[in-house]
Amino acid sequence: MNVPAAWYLVLAAVLFGIGGYGLVTRRSALIMFMCLELMLNAVNLTFVTFSRTLSDIGGQASVFFVMVVAAAEVTVGLGIVVAIFRRRSTTSVDELSEMKG
Amino acid sequence: MMLALAYAVPSVIVFVAAAALILTGAIGVISLKNPVHAALSLIMTLFGVAVAFIAQQADFLAAVQIIVYAGAIVVLFLFVIMFLGVDRREGVDVQPLVSQKPLALVGVVITVSAIIFTMSRSSWVTGVPSLSLGGTRLATGSHNVKQLGTSIFTTYLFAFEATAALLIIAVVGAVLLARRERVLEEAS
Repeated sequence: MNVPAAWYLVLAAVLFGIGGYGLVTRRSALIMFMCLELMLNAVNLTFVTFSRTLSDIGGQASVFFVMVVAAAEVTVGLGIVVAIFRRRSTTSVDELSEMKG
Repeated sequence: MMLALAYAVPSVIVFVAAAALILTGAIGVISLKNPVHAALSLIMTLFGVAVAFIAQQADFLAAVQIIVYAGAIVVLFLFVIMFLGVDRREGVDVQPLVSQKPLALVGVVITVSAIIFTMSRSSWVTGVPSLSLGGTRLATGSHNVKQLGTSIFTTYLFAFEATAALLIIAVVGAVLLARRERVLEEAS
């Protein structure tokens, strides 16, 4: 008998939590993007686990689309980071406070 | 010991290996100060997720995970890190917000416990094959690729075409954002 799906679901939940913790505590925009990738991967793992458990290919198709959107998101996000770095010479999100009220 | 006897030993070993890769890499991403090291830890996590994909019959997605994530996205990260030269400049020790880290830890622990609690109270598994495969079971190996391809090119065809437009827009946007504004300066 294979490992139950709950093990993978708990692993994915913990990975999601680690990514979320990094996202709110790290300062560098680059590291924040990496933590975002961790959270996306946690959700992908959940999708694949449910796809196996429910014997439904829709979960794997969803992972496919999540990967495409993640690739697009990283491309545009890193473009923004490069543009900000040109102007401000930093990638720290604390420095970007012009819109503070 | 009882767990190892209750389930097939290879699947337990694969799960433990994948979990070790994933968690070690994830903790490395959030704790290492050097962004290059964090990106390399991210690769470790992505490989662990690929192992978990293979263990759960998602062979095509595991290959795509390695090629697209570890091969393209992390290389893009490393390229930007080295292009910008932001190797060791992040002030991790600076704390503009007092007690941000403990609050974040509390919030994360509450969220994860809520997710796990919700999952432990729910039951999805009915044993009935879903309608998306016409009543057949999820296959492994090359049949998995065939099932996934059939699903994407029939049921999800519109979404698939939309991703093509999304990727074009993302490429154009990235070029526009990262371009130097030399053309405007020369014109004026």
